[in-house]
Amino acid sequence: MTSDVAAAKPGIPRNPDAETLDPFHGVDFSKLERSLHRPRTFMSMLWTVIVSAMTLFALIPLFSVLWLLVWRGGRKLSIAAFTQLPPAPLEQSGGFGNAIVGTLAICGMALLISLPIGLLSAIFLAQAKPDNRLASSVRFAGKVLTGFPSILAGVFAYGVVVMATGGYSALAGAVALSILMLPTILLTSEDAIRMVPERMKEAAIGMGATDTQTVWMVLLPAAVPRILTGVMLAIARGAGETAPLLFTALFSSYWLLWHGHVKLMQPTASLAVLIYNFAGMPFANQVELAWAAALVLVVMVLIANLIGQSLANRQVQ
Amino acid sequence: MPTETQISKPPSRTQAITDTAFRALCQGFTWLVAVIAVIIVLKIVLAALPAVRQYGLGFLSGQVWDPNKKLYSILPEIWGTLYSSVLALIFGTAFGVAAALFLAEGFTADAVFALLKIVNLQFHPFWGKLPVQVENLLSNLIELLAAIPSVVYGLWGLFVIIPLVRPACHWLHADLGWIPLFGTDLSGPGMLPAVIVLSIMILPTITAIGRGALLAVPTRLRMAAYGLGATRWEAIFAVTLPTASRGIFGGIVLAFGRALGETMALAMLVGNANVISVSLFSPANTLAALLANAFPEASPKDVGVLMYAATVLLVITLLVNVAGAYIVQFTASELEGEKV
Repeated sequence: MTSDVAAAKPGIPRNPDAETLDPFHGVDFSKLERSLHRPRTFMSMLWTVIVSAMTLFALIPLFSVLWLLVWRGGRKLSIAAFTQLPPAPLEQSGGFGNAIVGTLAICGMALLISLPIGLLSAIFLAQAKPDNRLASSVRFAGKVLTGFPSILAGVFAYGVVVMATGGYSALAGAVALSILMLPTILLTSEDAIRMVPERMKEAAIGMGATDTQTVWMVLLPAAVPRILTGVMLAIARGAGETAPLLFTALFSSYWLLWHGHVKLMQPTASLAVLIYNFAGMPFANQVELAWAAALVLVVMVLIANLIGQSLANRQVQ
Repeated sequence: MPTETQISKPPSRTQAITDTAFRALCQGFTWLVAVIAVIIVLKIVLAALPAVRQYGLGFLSGQVWDPNKKLYSILPEIWGTLYSSVLALIFGTAFGVAAALFLAEGFTADAVFALLKIVNLQFHPFWGKLPVQVENLLSNLIELLAAIPSVVYGLWGLFVIIPLVRPACHWLHADLGWIPLFGTDLSGPGMLPAVIVLSIMILPTITAIGRGALLAVPTRLRMAAYGLGATRWEAIFAVTLPTASRGIFGGIVLAFGRALGETMALAMLVGNANVISVSLFSPANTLAALLANAFPEASPKDVGVLMYAATVLLVITLLVNVAGAYIVQFTASELEGEKV
């Protein structure tokens, strides 16, 4: 039956020979194999090797930095480094306890300024309709501010706080850092609130909740891990910034807490500025302290980053 | 039996007032962010106005910076800012895009399975997720490059990069000194160490945004290229990269903005010399490094001049950042509908 049908169709031979049984007849398989002798596949392999090598090469600086921090910074690390004040030139001991306190204080104050502003406007942005002009322009301003040079934040804080109050202070440093933290907090919080499933919001509204109740009882509790991710990233960025502190918080060789008073309107030490100041000094002790301070700073920044990332991952699962 | 009012009821008067107040508060703070953004720009520009009136456009074209004679101009700094950023962008783009391709185009899976094949474990189901895990690990490591504070990079550059490149620079200057790029010798800080560190700092931006753009390319486009007989790299060069090019370009522009405004690494490594030179080994200066060095010691009269320099930096970075943010936003919305 089938052979009859086949016979009726012209062009298909009744007795199929090797040519029709083997659809790949006449194809030279060695031409299709990956081979270094063929320009097309050779180029492909060459590019793969180049790209892999470049990616690994790009990671060398990371490991070099971390290794040197542990090797050179770890040697100098001791209890004294955390509890003592920075040494004068040619002095042989000393530490950077006041700089750690200063960094934490300046970052904390910057967070106190930027968190309320960032979070409340993020709530507005997340609830705004897509055609809201204010929301879209603030969102765009936030994106542009993300790339705002940190030194210009320092220049701004200098003009607003230092010139107005007549002196360098921890507050001026905090204002500068808060400008750098604001866009991160604003944009990640908006994303976090938007990622809460729409049906949770609708359920709350269906129960008769006002917008405010929906935000505080449904949206924010669900979005908290991601918001905290943004906050931790902002802290990590703020703690590492040097340029805006150079001429706002300046530096100090004394404790922030002096005779029972917290001196927020005085020049204040920070780890980042200490590293910058000591790295350029011709004294071995100071350079070693700069490495140790860099190790402490990087560990602080990495811990903040890791907490932030683990919070973000927990939310995904 | 609960009545309807017990399950859901209209908001009470206090709740309604709280709601209105809170909404107004949120809107108020949003306005505040907008106002802050405007004030930042205005404050710097207005503080610069007296200096702009006094020095005019000659400030941008002269080459002298002498506080003692009250002579100020910033052409060397503008040149240094642009030159270092462009050079860093060349290195950063090459390595950043390579890493983005490696992380987005499945090369990690190849590498992982090639390694497993050596110990003959490639078919064990336990390793099924390994490529994805390695890919995430690598991209996190590259993002860590961005987390390290720039002052630490400066320290690293001073004590690692400069001693490392100095012998090579001596050799290049001695043997190939007739090429303008190698026209001077490296005597400590200079353009090349600064550019190397700067390109490491902008690489994560390019890789992260580039990887996102490559992953957003619809799979069917790649499959179509493979179906036509393209090798993997012919598909990448002819289909994937062109489709993702605008997103990658946006990332490069944003990285350029970062490079222009980067301060500490440059202040520590570039040499702070008022020189215009094409040579890679010559010391130079940038706008941000000038501000970082001159501001702490500035007398009130000099502050106006520095504000003028800050305004120039502000205008340059603002233009670049607005362009970058606009390109990235535009590309994201364009590809959104095409995801498979």
